[in-house]
Amino acid sequence: MIAFNKYYNQFNILSISLVVISLFLLTFKGLNFGIDFKGGTLIELRSTDSKINVSSLRDNLNSMNLGDVSVKNFGNETDFLIKFEINNNKNIIEEIKANLDKSFGNTFDFRRVENVGPKVSAELLKSGVIAIAVALTLMLIYIWIRFEWQFSLGAILALFHDVLVTLGLFSLLGLEINLSIIAAVLTIVGYSMNDTVVIFDRVRENLRKYSDIKIYDLTNISINETLSRTLITSITTLLALLSIFFFGGEILKGFSLAMIFGVIFGTYSSIYIANTVLVRLRVSQKTVLRDDESN
Amino acid sequence: MLYFSKFRIISVILISLFFILIASSNLFKFENNLLNKKINLGLDLQGGSYLLLEIDNNPVIEQKIQNLSITIRNYFKDKNIRIKNLKILGQKLSFSVDENFKQTILDTFSDEESELNPYYPRFKSHQLDITEENNIFFVNYSIQGIVKLKTSSQDQALEIVRRRIDEIGTNEPNILKRGNDRILVELPGLDDPMRIKSLLGKTANLTFRFVTNNDQDSFGAEKLSYEDESEEAALVSKRIILSGDNLLDAQPRMDSETNETVVTFTLDRVGAKRFGKATSTGIGKQLAIVLDGKIISAPVIRDTIASGSGQISGGFTFQSATDLALLLRSGALPAPLNIIEERTVGPDLGQDSINAGMIALAIGFVLVIVFIFVKYKIFGLITNITLILNLFLLIGILTIFEATLTLPGIAGIILTVGMAVDANVLIFERIKEELKNEKNNLIAFDSGYTKSRTAILDANITTLLAAIILFFMGSGPIKGFSLTLGIGIFTTLFSVYFIARLLTVLYVYRNKEKEGLI
Repeated sequence: MIAFNKYYNQFNILSISLVVISLFLLTFKGLNFGIDFKGGTLIELRSTDSKINVSSLRDNLNSMNLGDVSVKNFGNETDFLIKFEINNNKNIIEEIKANLDKSFGNTFDFRRVENVGPKVSAELLKSGVIAIAVALTLMLIYIWIRFEWQFSLGAILALFHDVLVTLGLFSLLGLEINLSIIAAVLTIVGYSMNDTVVIFDRVRENLRKYSDIKIYDLTNISINETLSRTLITSITTLLALLSIFFFGGEILKGFSLAMIFGVIFGTYSSIYIANTVLVRLRVSQKTVLRDDESN
Repeated sequence: MLYFSKFRIISVILISLFFILIASSNLFKFENNLLNKKINLGLDLQGGSYLLLEIDNNPVIEQKIQNLSITIRNYFKDKNIRIKNLKILGQKLSFSVDENFKQTILDTFSDEESELNPYYPRFKSHQLDITEENNIFFVNYSIQGIVKLKTSSQDQALEIVRRRIDEIGTNEPNILKRGNDRILVELPGLDDPMRIKSLLGKTANLTFRFVTNNDQDSFGAEKLSYEDESEEAALVSKRIILSGDNLLDAQPRMDSETNETVVTFTLDRVGAKRFGKATSTGIGKQLAIVLDGKIISAPVIRDTIASGSGQISGGFTFQSATDLALLLRSGALPAPLNIIEERTVGPDLGQDSINAGMIALAIGFVLVIVFIFVKYKIFGLITNITLILNLFLLIGILTIFEATLTLPGIAGIILTVGMAVDANVLIFERIKEELKNEKNNLIAFDSGYTKSRTAILDANITTLLAAIILFFMGSGPIKGFSLTLGIGIFTTLFSVYFIARLLTVLYVYRNKEKEGLI
C-alpha cells in the first residue's frame, strides 16, 4: 500500500500555489484567444515551392496593411498558417491570393479559410463561457444529489483546480484557445468528475464498513484499492490522446494537448484534492450513516 | 448478475451482428434499402464552405418608414386631416397636426381594425408604436413589427439565396434559417468559394433610370458613380423606369457586331410596355442601368424598343456576364447580406484530416488493445472483443441516424476507445478484490459485477452530462465531438453489460474451479 496520505499537506500547498499562479497568469497574462473568440481571419496555405519561408511570406503580407499579421509554419515546412485581425474588406481573401500569386507565382493552395466577424466571436465566447458554467453547475447538482455535501465540495474543488490549472498552463505556454479547447475543457470536467466519483464511491463504502479507521487512513485505503483502476483508465485514455496528438493532424493538436493536461491533472486532483477535503472536513462514519437514515 | 437466458444470448448476438452489418455498409454497397445508409462527412472532412449570413435590415426599415410617410399623409388627407412637419428621422418619423385632431390620430393608431397600423392579436401588439411629445407625434416600428419585418425579409432572402445557389449547381447545399435575421449556408465540396461569396454578397437591385442634367427633376436626382469607374459620376433621376422585378429572363451573350460580352434580358408584359414608352419618349437621352447603386452603363437611346427585350453592356468578361445574368434571373435580395462567419476547407485538407484521423484511431486502438491484453490476458481478450464490437455499435448508430462525422467527432471516437475500457477495468479490479476473500469464482464474479455498478454509472453519467451540454451549446464540429462521445457512452454500457458480461459468464462457467482466474 502506498502512503498517499503522508503527502496530503505538501500536495495541497502545491495545488494551492498552482491555482494561485494560474489565476495570476489568467489575470495578468490572459489567454491567447484564437479567431473563434477574438474575430479575424485564418488562412492555411500549402506551397509547392519549398523556397518560400515564413519570413518571406510575412514580408509580403505586411505590405498589404492587414494590421497585426501572424505567420507560422503549420505541421511542416511547406504549410503555413496566417492569422490577422478583423478586416472590413470583403474581398480580402481574393486580394491576398492575387498578391501572393503576383509575388511568388501560382504556388499556393488555400487549404483552409476561416473568417469570424466581431459579432459571431463575441457570441461564441459567451456561449463557451455559458457552456462551462452550465457544465460545472450540473456536475455540482449531480454530485450534491449523489453524495453528502463534504464530498460535493471536494469534487467541485478538484474540478475547479483542473480547469483553472489547465487554462493556466495554456496561458503560460501561450497556446491558442479556440472552440475545440472549450470542448476539451468540458470533457476534462467530465473526466475529472468521473475519476473523483469512483474514489469517493469507495470511500463511502469503506466508511460504512469500518467504524474504527480515521478518515485520514480511510482515504488512503480507498485510494489504494482503486489505484490500479485509476492508473489503467488514465493510461488507456492517455494512449488514445497521445495517438490523436501525434497522428491526428495539426488541427487536433491543441485539443488533444488540453485533454492530456486535463487527464493528468484530473487523476492527480482526485487523489490529492478531493480526498484531502474529506480529511480536512473530518468526515466520519456518522456523515454517511446520518444520510442513510434520512433517506 | 451472471445469469443469461437463451433468449438474451440470442438477442445480444443478433444485435451485435446487426450493427456490424450496418457499420460495414459504410464501406460496401448493399442492395437492401435499410442498409443503404451512410455516415455523412462534415465539411471539415469532405471539404466545403460554411457561411453564416446576416441580413442587414436597417435599409429595409428605413425604406418602409419612407413609404409609410406617404401612406400616412394620404390616409389622413382622405379624412381631411392635414399632416404637418412630416419628417423622416432614420427609422422613425415625426409629424404634427392641429390640436383638435390629436385624439383622432391616436385612436386611428390604436384601433385594432386599423388598416394603417395592423394589429397582431397573437402578440397583443400593433405593427407601429406612436408616442406624442410637445404636440409632435413620433412613429416607429414596434418590437413585434420589427420581428415580423425581419422574419419576412429572412423568408425572402432565404428563397433568393436558394435560387442563386441552385443556379450555380453545387451538390446538396444546406440552407437554413438561424434566428430571425441570419441564414446558414453549408456547401459541401465546393471548388470556388470566392464566387459564391461574391454572388451572395450582392443585393442585385437593378433599376433603369434616366440620366438628367439638372437637380430640378421632380422625383429628385442622385449622383451615382460607375461600376468600373470608367467615367465620372453622373446625375441620375430617382424615378425608376423599370426594375429587376420586371425581368423574365437574363442570359450572357456574345454580341456578334461588337464582339463584346453582354447580358440580354427579356421583360414581362408590364415591363415591356413601360420600356417601350420610355424609349420612345426619351430618344436621345441616356438611360442608366443601375445595379446596387452603381451605374453599369448608360447608353443613349437611339430607337424605341417595343420588343420587350434588350441587352446590357458594360465591359463584361464572360464570367462576370454569367454572374450578372444569374443574379438578375434569381432576383434581388430584400436587404443586403453580410457574411459574418466563414469556414472553408479545401478537399485536400479534408482528405488529409480523414487520413490522419483514421491513423490516429488505428494506432490509439492498437495501443489500448495491446495494453489491456498484457494487463488482463484472457479477460483482456474479452475486453478487446467488446471494444471492437463497441466501435461497430458506435459507428452503426451513427450510420442509422446518418449522423455527420467531423474531425473532432473522430477524436470523440478515439477518446471513447480510451475511456470505454474503464467500465471493464472497474469490474475486473473489483472481482480481483472479491477473490481475495471469496474462494468461489462464481460468487466473486457476481459480487464484482454488482458492487462496481454504482461507480460505473456515476462515472458514465458525469461524462454524459458534459457531452449533452456540449451538444446543445456547441456549434458544427464541436457538436460532432459531443455526439460521438455521448453515443459512445451508451454503446460502452451496452457492450460492457451485455457483450463483455456474456463472454465473461461463458468463460467463468467453464472454469468454475480454476484458481487465480483473473
